[in-house]
Amino acid sequence: MESTPLLEMRNITKVYPNGVVANSNVNFSLDEGEIHAIVGENGAGKSTLMKMIFGMEEPSEGEMLLAGQKVRFMSPQDAIDNGIGMVHQHFMLVPSFTVVQNIILGMEPTKGININYKEAVRLTEELSKKYNLAIDPLAKVEELSVGMKQKVEILKVLIRGAKILILDEPTAVLTPQETEELFRELKALKREGHTIVFISHKLKEVKEICDRITIMRAGKTEGVHETALVSEQEISRLMVGRDVVLKYDKGTREPGAAVLRVDNLSYKNEDGKPLLRNIGFTIREGEIVGIAGVEGNGQAELVNALTGNLPDAQGTVAVGEHTILGHSIKQIRDVGVSYIPEDRMRQGVAKDASISDNLMSMFYRMKAWNKGLTLNKKKIIQFSEEQIERYKVRCKGPAQPIGMLSGGNMQKVVVARECEADPKLLIAEQPTRGVDIGAAQLIHQRLLEMREDGCAILLLSADLNEILEVSDSLLVMYNGQFVAYYPDVRQVTEEDLGFAMLGLNVQSEAEVRRAIHV
Amino acid sequence: MFRASQFEKIRTVAVILISLLLTFLIIAIISKDPVGTIMIFLFEPINSVAHIGNVIEMSIPLMFTGLSVVLLFRTNLFNLGAEGLFYFSGIVASTIAIHATLSSWLHPGVAIFAGAVTGALLSAIPGYFKAKWNVNELVSSLMFNSILFGVGLYLLNYKLRDTQAFINASYKFQKTALLDNIIPGTRIHTGLILALLCIFAVHYYMYKTKWGYELRMTGSNRAFAEYSGINTTKVIITVHLIAGFLAGMGGSVEVLGMYSRFQWTSLPGYGMDGALVALLAKNNPLSVIGASLFLAYIRIGADLMARMSDVPSEMISIVQAVIILLISAEQFLKFWKTRMLLKEAGIRD
Repeated sequence: MESTPLLEMRNITKVYPNGVVANSNVNFSLDEGEIHAIVGENGAGKSTLMKMIFGMEEPSEGEMLLAGQKVRFMSPQDAIDNGIGMVHQHFMLVPSFTVVQNIILGMEPTKGININYKEAVRLTEELSKKYNLAIDPLAKVEELSVGMKQKVEILKVLIRGAKILILDEPTAVLTPQETEELFRELKALKREGHTIVFISHKLKEVKEICDRITIMRAGKTEGVHETALVSEQEISRLMVGRDVVLKYDKGTREPGAAVLRVDNLSYKNEDGKPLLRNIGFTIREGEIVGIAGVEGNGQAELVNALTGNLPDAQGTVAVGEHTILGHSIKQIRDVGVSYIPEDRMRQGVAKDASISDNLMSMFYRMKAWNKGLTLNKKKIIQFSEEQIERYKVRCKGPAQPIGMLSGGNMQKVVVARECEADPKLLIAEQPTRGVDIGAAQLIHQRLLEMREDGCAILLLSADLNEILEVSDSLLVMYNGQFVAYYPDVRQVTEEDLGFAMLGLNVQSEAEVRRAIHV
Repeated sequence: MFRASQFEKIRTVAVILISLLLTFLIIAIISKDPVGTIMIFLFEPINSVAHIGNVIEMSIPLMFTGLSVVLLFRTNLFNLGAEGLFYFSGIVASTIAIHATLSSWLHPGVAIFAGAVTGALLSAIPGYFKAKWNVNELVSSLMFNSILFGVGLYLLNYKLRDTQAFINASYKFQKTALLDNIIPGTRIHTGLILALLCIFAVHYYMYKTKWGYELRMTGSNRAFAEYSGINTTKVIITVHLIAGFLAGMGGSVEVLGMYSRFQWTSLPGYGMDGALVALLAKNNPLSVIGASLFLAYIRIGADLMARMSDVPSEMISIVQAVIILLISAEQFLKFWKTRMLLKEAGIRD
């Protein structure tokens, strides 16, 4: 007879109000003291399942048992009271507060009516010593690195007495070195008797630290495995239902004339903090330039400057003959710039509008799309159907609201729209974030096709594998400037890249300036 | 079988049915002859040509303001300024109806056009503030209602008032300015045709033209619209101009179609009713026709009931409040939608 699992989810189904069925009949069980991975493509329902465990969402159907007892969480507070803690992918910290203030927020130890900071600091230090999470309790959170912030998040969860820790893609924002440190900490936690749920789609990491794996696909569980007994290939096959090749046969292509020229681009925010320092590079026809870097080192500002969202930036940005800095978005788009935005829900789509409406935003002004005053409906439908087929968008038809689609299918619509505009320059910002492997491959293939056709492509990604496979040359951004340029991406290892991203291995300015081709 | 995609329509019908049931309940409690009173409320408005005429007459201003609000709501602008514009444009149209001398073809046309243009220009002010400086349009439009009412009332009292009249009203409009009656036995006037034309024009504009596309995208997700190169500042100002034009036209048409003097000494309430119509019409131009007729129907029903039975017409305010509450309550009947979705996804039979 088996022992009772610590946590069990039985026949869980979750339907979101917009009609997305995120989980259907999911079963999940967690044993005490294990590190349990949940892997799956994005949109497979991992995050939804975790949100239900943590009380952020309620299951539409099914039941949840904690140590054999039926429980129902109405809010995260219920989950915390029951010893469950969650470290979110996007940190939930107050940047202007100190580490201690963040950790005790909502459960402050008091002395009379005052907060007893001495006690709080003592508690924090005690915990950080116990779990070997070295941190300065009085440092301000906004001054910490991403890895440090994550430690604060973990401490925050531990101090609330969590025995079960849920980590949602904890390594997504970490450098390889920081990841290793995190793993040491997780192992220590496990020794102390904590149970950890580890959500990821990086199979190497899962193999490294997890005891068991639950694989999810399309909102269903595809089985539970002992990590030691399955290979990475097997896991990935179960995740996508087919073998995955993350190698592309690109073929060599001599780059043509420069399309995008950026020189001396600088930007300071309102506080006078320089976020871009003397950025200079070119992208030539048929060339994919990758930009790697830990998030928040100026990539977002660079993209904003290129897409007309940072009018205060100084320097030169030109596409072909046209300078574009300070021009309106429409003017920039009119010279042949396409942009796949990082945050598709915010910028990339209008989620209540139909798929056709979302596809035509680049084209509706064109003469061929209008008949007199009226939009050419036939053309719109025909174009939409073509793109749905070409990009294998899973949907009910062009009139379906795009918000009903899964993340990957939505992203395909965004990519279709931006690529079919036949741009001279394509800025792809995290084009496959939150997208399943199948869709990612399709998107990568399309980028490579565009490269063949002579499009200049700027690829920004936090996924090192993607950036190393798809780009031709590579720039590394750190603290608002380029710290490394690799003209040939084939000669770069993930390790080199990690050091450069942390600012530990910086090239000379002359070396970096090689990125400017005249 | 009902499908989840039709949920909104079904929900609207359910809301209307529930509010009608509530009406019956209230009537049953306070009336000595509940069945008779309910019959009056339900059937008296369609019992004679004159009563049907009343319903349609009342729906005309609702169509204009409803349409105006639909445009704004669709662009995600929560602007309730139709009220003040409706009133003030009525004053402008009245002024022309009183003082200008024109042929009977031109006179109402000029008066209505002047009222509509005034509405458009005044509406553009909060629109410009919103587009340029992101001033909350709800606050500024409500403030504008007070301002326009105050200025309008001043004009009525000091410039247009006929001291010979027994009530506080303007001079009589010239005969040439009045709108023609189109159905004998009722007071239905040519304004109905104008209202329907406007509704079809807005439908065409919103769904068939590139400007309508820009409007819908701006309303659905302004960040997306901007990212796509749409000048949303321009869109927001344009929408305000059109919406103001329609509200202004509504006020002018109502004054010239139904009255012979300008005699509103308080805001007539059609602008706020426009918001209710837009809610019922789910921000769809063509549905404005049905929503306006429905609202006019229950109002006339309540009026007739007040006249012919022992239940006061104010009862209808409760019904309206329930409609607004239920329609804007997003969670209402959601469990049912979830069940539909589960069924469609094949998880349950």
